[in-house]
Amino acid sequence: MPIKSILKLEIERVSILDEHGNYDEKLGAGLIPDADLVKLYEAMSSCRYLDEVAFKLQRSGRMGTYPQNMGQEATSLGAAYVLNKDDWMVTCYRENCGLFWRGVPMESILLHWMGDERGNAMPRPHFATPIAVPIGTQMLHAAGLAWASKYRGEKQIACTFFGDGATSEGDFHEAANFAANLDLPVVFCCQNNFWAISVPGKIQCSAPTVAQRGIAYGMPCIQVDGNDIFACVYAVKAAAHRARTESRPTFIEMVTYRLGDHTTADDARRYRDQAEVDVWKLRDPLLRTRKFLERQKCWDSSKEEVMMKRIEIEVNAAVTRAEEIAAPPITDAFNYTFAELPADLAQQRDSMQTHSLASEATVTSTAASPGAGGH
Amino acid sequence: MSTAAGQGTAAGQGTAAGREIEFRDAVREAMCEEMRRDKRVMLIGEEVAQYNGAYKVSKGMLEEFGARRVIDTPISESGFAGMAIGAAMMGLRPIVEFMSWSFSLVAADPILNNAPKMLYMSGGQFGCPIVFRGNDGAGGQLGSTHSWSIEGLFSNVPGMKMVIPSNPYDAKGLMKTAIRDDDPVFFLESERVLSMKGEVPEGEYLIPFGQARIARAGSDCTIVAFGRMVHLALDAAAELEKQGIFCEILDMRTIRPLDAGAIVRSVKRTGACVVVDQSWSFGSPGSEVAALVHRECFDDLDNYVHRVHSADVPAPYAQQLEQQYLPNARRICEAVRSCLYRA
Repeated sequence: MPIKSILKLEIERVSILDEHGNYDEKLGAGLIPDADLVKLYEAMSSCRYLDEVAFKLQRSGRMGTYPQNMGQEATSLGAAYVLNKDDWMVTCYRENCGLFWRGVPMESILLHWMGDERGNAMPRPHFATPIAVPIGTQMLHAAGLAWASKYRGEKQIACTFFGDGATSEGDFHEAANFAANLDLPVVFCCQNNFWAISVPGKIQCSAPTVAQRGIAYGMPCIQVDGNDIFACVYAVKAAAHRARTESRPTFIEMVTYRLGDHTTADDARRYRDQAEVDVWKLRDPLLRTRKFLERQKCWDSSKEEVMMKRIEIEVNAAVTRAEEIAAPPITDAFNYTFAELPADLAQQRDSMQTHSLASEATVTSTAASPGAGGH
Repeated sequence: MSTAAGQGTAAGQGTAAGREIEFRDAVREAMCEEMRRDKRVMLIGEEVAQYNGAYKVSKGMLEEFGARRVIDTPISESGFAGMAIGAAMMGLRPIVEFMSWSFSLVAADPILNNAPKMLYMSGGQFGCPIVFRGNDGAGGQLGSTHSWSIEGLFSNVPGMKMVIPSNPYDAKGLMKTAIRDDDPVFFLESERVLSMKGEVPEGEYLIPFGQARIARAGSDCTIVAFGRMVHLALDAAAELEKQGIFCEILDMRTIRPLDAGAIVRSVKRTGACVVVDQSWSFGSPGSEVAALVHRECFDDLDNYVHRVHSADVPAPYAQQLEQQYLPNARRICEAVRSCLYRA
């Protein structure tokens, strides 16, 4: 008996606005009105500026370890643009742009990286979960949120973000398997930025695409140019529709690039070629969006100048607000460990308060130098 | 000296319903009662639905509650433990069954690194009212990897509660409390006691956390135990009574919170303390109890706190070796006599 091929698989790649300015009229039709694109461009610019400010804050000892978002702004923003206000956005730590678009205050994110857990208490109406720094845990939380939403008969879906490195974690595979098996409304957005700190993508995945990892779990998969806001919106829109109407998950590989270091705790120049970075600088999502808007006569250098002035004021005001918030008291750690504080813990809390009052001078001097360690 | 009382009853709890059921039935009854009263509660785990659970704890639950609330999963402990966290963040109250707590080790990230910290790390926004439950402890000749007593390792983590019932009555009352608790609760069921029968009222009752039970009253030596170890301590106490030694046995019921007051009150009366804990000795509930008693009862003690643990080696597979490895009545008797200078 002849050996037969029983399965052939293919992965589609979507690119609507490429780095040369080529624009696919057909795919892009009606996707993002020009007026919205202006706002999206402004959001990316604002996020980029915040990155620069945060980097300087860390270098001058005013902020802890910070992961820059530079180069990856379009991915989470594209998703946030598509999602409903009450859909869950389940992120790791390079999705500032999408979170800000949903209205998460800039000072929340700043406060978090300044080392304050209260920054993670995103105002509830934003349906954002705490920033997940361990790699991959949040994908399971997204599956659980979607599961609960389905169980309760609600319309919310969950959109989760993670990197190419996270797809090597068991948590990814377990979350993908569950989402597909239980038919959960989850959108898995993998930001393939080619580098897991210093480890190149080739070591994470020997297959030609990360997208095909989703095929193994029986869910639709697609690869998009992650620096193309149109392509990101296109893919998430289809995935969100599928989640909402068919209660099925989708895996989207968003090919992007981390233009900065992994965090302020490493120096990417030590492990990757500048030539590679230079190529990706030309593919910057901000650059191509701006050129497109200029071609559409929606943008020019004077508008750019006005916007940058406004952003500068807004970001600096957010920094001031974040820095004005007094350091959390040690009692917070105790009060938020259990729903109700047990008596023995209350005792520990009270003894620590007495202790820290007595040695206030020492506490203040150590608090002045935030740790520079990575994770 | 004391007249050794028989098995004391629970602190102020009603008894004598007359009906005797197995430990596993008591756990199930608690889960079913809670699932009837609260739609947010569901059960998820490997083989919990179609197969009624590897240890038949969830027998019949699929039939009553349907596949929406009693959910079979792939072999994916980290997966369903992590999902339960997401579900809890959206207001559900999942019960997660680990076929064995030994298998929960692959889910360490969600159960130790996420669930007990989520409330704090979200600035007080998201609690995790989840019950993680399953079979714990050695004694079934399951080999080293399947014979964990995880209480030693896991009770070290702040932000979660740990329940280790010794009998069917407590199992029901404590499980109901666990399901209604707003924090993550680790509920440990010893495989060796699952078939044990005991009186369990049909009606509703809850046993609060952090309240030990005097399993046997006595005046010579306090034995602190929990879970299956309570039964070994009772056997030892019966043997010691023949030698004129009257032990008081405290069944702690919950390790976190720990009823420190009950331990201190008893030791202040007896002046001697032996702790029995089936986990390894280093950094364990047993060492915590010893530290507590030495701190709070220093002047009342006639000897240091004696501890009976499993041997500090991997759990042996061979039956005879496993029995020697675990605490047993003989070793408890020796510890009590040594503690009372009557060895």
